[in-house]
Amino acid sequence: MTAFRYSFLQVLRQGLEGHRGWAPAWRSPPLQKRYDVVVIGGGGHGLATAYYLAKVHGVRSVAVLERGWIGGGNSGRNTTIVRSNYFFPASARIYDLALRLYEQLSAELNYNVMLSQRGLLTLAHSDHAFELAARSVNAMLINGIDVELLDRAQIQAEVPLLNFAPDARFPIHGGYIQRRGGIARHDAVVWGYARAADALGVDIVQGCEVTGFRIDNGRLVGLDTGQGPVAAGAVGMVVAGHSGALAAKAGFRLPILSYALQAMVSEPIKPVLDTVVMSPTTGAYVSQSDKGELVIGAGLDLYPSYAQRGNLPSTQSILAGLAELFPSFRRLKLLRQWAGTVDVAWDYSPIIGPSPVEGLYLNCGWGTGGFKAIPAGGYVLAHLLATGRHHEFSAPFDLRRFETGALIDEAAGAGIAH
Amino acid sequence: MQMIACPWCGPRGEVEFVYGGEAGIVRPVPAASVDDATWAQYLYGRHNEKGPHRELWCHNGGCGQWFTMVRDTATHVVVTAEKIGAR
Repeated sequence: MTAFRYSFLQVLRQGLEGHRGWAPAWRSPPLQKRYDVVVIGGGGHGLATAYYLAKVHGVRSVAVLERGWIGGGNSGRNTTIVRSNYFFPASARIYDLALRLYEQLSAELNYNVMLSQRGLLTLAHSDHAFELAARSVNAMLINGIDVELLDRAQIQAEVPLLNFAPDARFPIHGGYIQRRGGIARHDAVVWGYARAADALGVDIVQGCEVTGFRIDNGRLVGLDTGQGPVAAGAVGMVVAGHSGALAAKAGFRLPILSYALQAMVSEPIKPVLDTVVMSPTTGAYVSQSDKGELVIGAGLDLYPSYAQRGNLPSTQSILAGLAELFPSFRRLKLLRQWAGTVDVAWDYSPIIGPSPVEGLYLNCGWGTGGFKAIPAGGYVLAHLLATGRHHEFSAPFDLRRFETGALIDEAAGAGIAH
Repeated sequence: MQMIACPWCGPRGEVEFVYGGEAGIVRPVPAASVDDATWAQYLYGRHNEKGPHRELWCHNGGCGQWFTMVRDTATHVVVTAEKIGAR
């Protein structure tokens, strides 16, 4: 168990005692020979899976294997946006489960994930885009999602910094806002899940790469890792951009391509932007962090890549779009730029469910939107691993949809340029 | 800027090119006897290599020709760029 709960009194007490009592948030145990469940990948989805396995299903013999370190992959590279404004009922259901879990997460994990539901505004830059926005809003309202269609004047009242000049290259015709959307602290989400899972007995093993799958008669019985073999009753593969590479080791292919998705931050400035703004036309989206930096997200780079840096033309085009949207940002300096390797399925929807190898379950294909889905992805994969059956929310996202043709095309719902 | 050597035009900046997907995907025939799993693999299954990847590119900002390129997806190093059918 964790030594103590985090609280204001604890901060006060530790302050008086010279901060000598803080313990590491989770253990670093050696890899055991066998677990009931092994989760490959210690990102947000993997750690959430382990947490809900222990918490909801009482499965305590669980290991999370992370090749690098906790928070070193896409969990630490995303733009921290949370929202559930999706078009199709199946998507709205699972993304809103995630958002509802996020709303309780700080209390649930005893870890402040700094959820800030500051609203997420999506812009329409033409009359046609505005009509489509109205259609999306109608679909979302039917799905039970809290969105509002806003006209130009309402958007000007919300975000006066936007470019409302008569000669704007991307004129603002309207848009829509999900007020429950916003941002959360990405590191805190993974650290919080890691600490809470560890407290329930989950072994988090960092620096442990999976090098092979032990398959006996079509059934997965264990894994080879950099720290030796491990036997497992069931295995969850939650490795985002590296899903294809690991699937190849297990002997199957996935309908997934890995792309670089860029993000960047400006130098820190005083508070200027109190909502998240997305502009699908320019491909840019932006929010302001608590430290004052503008956190800027881009669309996908134009060809598959595992390089976690992104290419220059995409950086330029996103920054040009942002400078056009927010003329006052033009003088800002860029502080850092990076990319994560994201796993994009053909219909921009996740793949959750059994793999072609018995005993191996998938949670991948979240593509550009994995962070916002972390609690739900973990919740439904834990259900699969514990029971061997789909949660009703994950059933539509089964891998078999690519054979049946029941795709869930969220190319627009994904919200960013592809 | 990433440079790509078009087998027709020589080295140009990446912005002149468009990516055309994995090379060597063969449509299964005859269509009537192809099962769903095979068809799904043809449509959607990809190797998605981390490392050298054989793929199609088009120099649409130049000569307009399609060609085959082997590119390392982990480093972006272009290993070879050849006219289609060169091998």
